[in-house]
Amino acid sequence: MSKVRVLVGTRKGAFVLESDGKRQQWEISGPHFAGWEIYHLKGSAADPNRLYASQSSGWFGQQIQRSNDGGKTWEPVGNKFAYDGVPGTHQWYDGSPHPWEFKRVWHLEPSLTDPDMVYAGVEDAAIFSTTDGGRNWQELAGLRGHGTGPQWQPGAGGLCLHTIILDPSHPERMWIAISAAGAFRTEDGGKTWKPINRGLHSPYIPNPTAEIGHCIHHIAMHKSRPGVLFMQKHWDVMRSDDGGEQWREVSGNLPTDFGFVIDVHAHEPETIYVVPIKSDSEHYVHDGKLRVFRSRTGGDQWEPLTQGLPQSNCYVNVLRDAMAVDSLEQCGVYFGTTGGQIYVSADAGDTWTPIVRDLPVVLSVEVQTLS
Amino acid sequence: MIRVILPFHLRNLARVGSELRLDVKGPVTQRSILDELEAQYPMLRGAIRDHVTQQRRPFLRFFACEEDLSHESPDAPVPESVASGKEPFVVLGAIAGGSGFEPPARDSVVRITRS
Repeated sequence: MSKVRVLVGTRKGAFVLESDGKRQQWEISGPHFAGWEIYHLKGSAADPNRLYASQSSGWFGQQIQRSNDGGKTWEPVGNKFAYDGVPGTHQWYDGSPHPWEFKRVWHLEPSLTDPDMVYAGVEDAAIFSTTDGGRNWQELAGLRGHGTGPQWQPGAGGLCLHTIILDPSHPERMWIAISAAGAFRTEDGGKTWKPINRGLHSPYIPNPTAEIGHCIHHIAMHKSRPGVLFMQKHWDVMRSDDGGEQWREVSGNLPTDFGFVIDVHAHEPETIYVVPIKSDSEHYVHDGKLRVFRSRTGGDQWEPLTQGLPQSNCYVNVLRDAMAVDSLEQCGVYFGTTGGQIYVSADAGDTWTPIVRDLPVVLSVEVQTLS
Repeated sequence: MIRVILPFHLRNLARVGSELRLDVKGPVTQRSILDELEAQYPMLRGAIRDHVTQQRRPFLRFFACEEDLSHESPDAPVPESVASGKEPFVVLGAIAGGSGFEPPARDSVVRITRS
């Protein structure tokens, strides 16, 4: 019988939630790495028992933890993220040059085929990779060296590379996103990168249609259609049908198009999910109602999903890496809130149930579908 | 033997008890203590000193003999009572409470305590 394992990163540790395919009864373990910020943890598609976790602290810096048994035990592996060559500068908030300084790993993306290979998106923005299970990390310096690096400027959360998407049909192709530099694509395994921000419009930057400088919050893709990308920008929900060459807005009838998460149904490539947030000044849901919005048309037309979610006096946020879908026949959708709730829908969003209500601030949610 | 006390989170990371003992060869300095500590417990590399610069991380301090040694040269001899094992070399985190998220900006004043 199939089962699911949900990997939750929070401000104060990691949690592993497991259930059978019904997704009604849950076993919860944790906190792992209690008291540390766990920005992200994710399992290998090639070996589901191989997990990686980004553990960080303002006091003690960055650690990478690895599990070989599905999260029961962990071991620290390599934590040296040294920029290639002389790091140079990016722009600080006031526009002045600021030296590139490593702060933390925001996102870990294991290879689709090799459990020892992982990509790491870090702050200050860069991408690293390991080929030995996390012991050693090397920067893919072509991204930062692309030429626009000195113009990159941090968003409110820092200059973070938070999204890494691998193309299952083309191992050398991947997409990344940086707040607030924008989206980039490589076709050669990370040696060279191209900004792919045409069609984005950001009125809060000097040139709203600039090649770089857009505050992208998250990008999602369905594995069966690698050319189709969905983006939650700071404001605006966008889609591209040509691998990011051109974007168009699909916010449609959303009550607000500010938000952080976006994800795609496991079996329906045109069914996507967002959680609208009231505004960039008020980082909580609109009207005190926690509503997931689903589009079955790849955007533009959206329906609110509310059954089982609080519809009054709710003022939580859902952060950029805090939504995931499983691949069971009836697609499950999961998200975590800044209020510490993890919600699951075992029917593609029609109804929702909290798995757990009182965790620390949820930073990330990933799910593994296990047979 | 040099006695070393680590803060709670580093004890958990290194899976050690409240105090550990190190056999430090040669002159006993902050650097030689930390070099030996990191050799014995590689997971502590980067957690006390920056990987590249080897500078003490901003929100950690070094105490011994009721003195703050944090701003001493890393190559200066530590007090004799530390070198002899009578007193521990204490690594501790600055108290920076309030935000619940992060220590304050690097230049902010933080209160240091043994608790």
